[in-house]
Amino acid sequence: MQLRVLAFGVARDIMGGSNVLVPLPGATITVGQLKKRLLQKYPPLKDLASFMVAVNDSYADDAESIKPTDEIAIIPPVSGG
Amino acid sequence: MIEIAVTNKVLSLAVSEKVADPANGAVDIFIGAVRNQTDGRKVLRLEFEVYQGMAEKELRKIADTMVSRWPIRDVLIYHRVGTVEVGEKVVIIAVGAERRDAAFLACRYAIDTLKQTVPIWKKEIFADGEEWVQPHP
Repeated sequence: MQLRVLAFGVARDIMGGSNVLVPLPGATITVGQLKKRLLQKYPPLKDLASFMVAVNDSYADDAESIKPTDEIAIIPPVSGG
Repeated sequence: MIEIAVTNKVLSLAVSEKVADPANGAVDIFIGAVRNQTDGRKVLRLEFEVYQGMAEKELRKIADTMVSRWPIRDVLIYHRVGTVEVGEKVVIIAVGAERRDAAFLACRYAIDTLKQTVPIWKKEIFADGEEWVQPHP
């Protein structure tokens, strides 16, 4: 499947856009697997202090599984305020 | 009353009046603003990026936690996004309570948690370059 992923802040710079299509082997994937895949595809992500994945507007654990219809966002360390 | 906003419009301290209430003997206000330098480098302005829907949801979560954890009545959290000039306000948090202790504690919790969980990102535009800000604990 292909997953549409939103990227913000420094992650947007690293991934080359705010809305990136990520091709994935297989029909299902967990958040942890997606993170691994993204680190392979975009190695500079590993230089961040951390990055989180949000599924449908909520922070998601690595074990959470992703459906193709979910809204996925890459959340690098936040710096509001 | 809980009121949350993430906006690209200029923030005015006047919004903090919304937590004024005859039952509130204490109103604690925190203002975050754009400073003109960071570690000696001249800052021209900040640019804030936001994941709008999730940012509002996380701010709402913070406000709900404040109300459940401390005896406070009113919470207002406004966060500016987009381009923000030196001296302008980035965030206004106003907490109304019967007494001051709860208002101070809840306000401190709000800004500290906001900086850890709300998906907003700040880029500093310096006279000599630009950088995404690394989080400060």
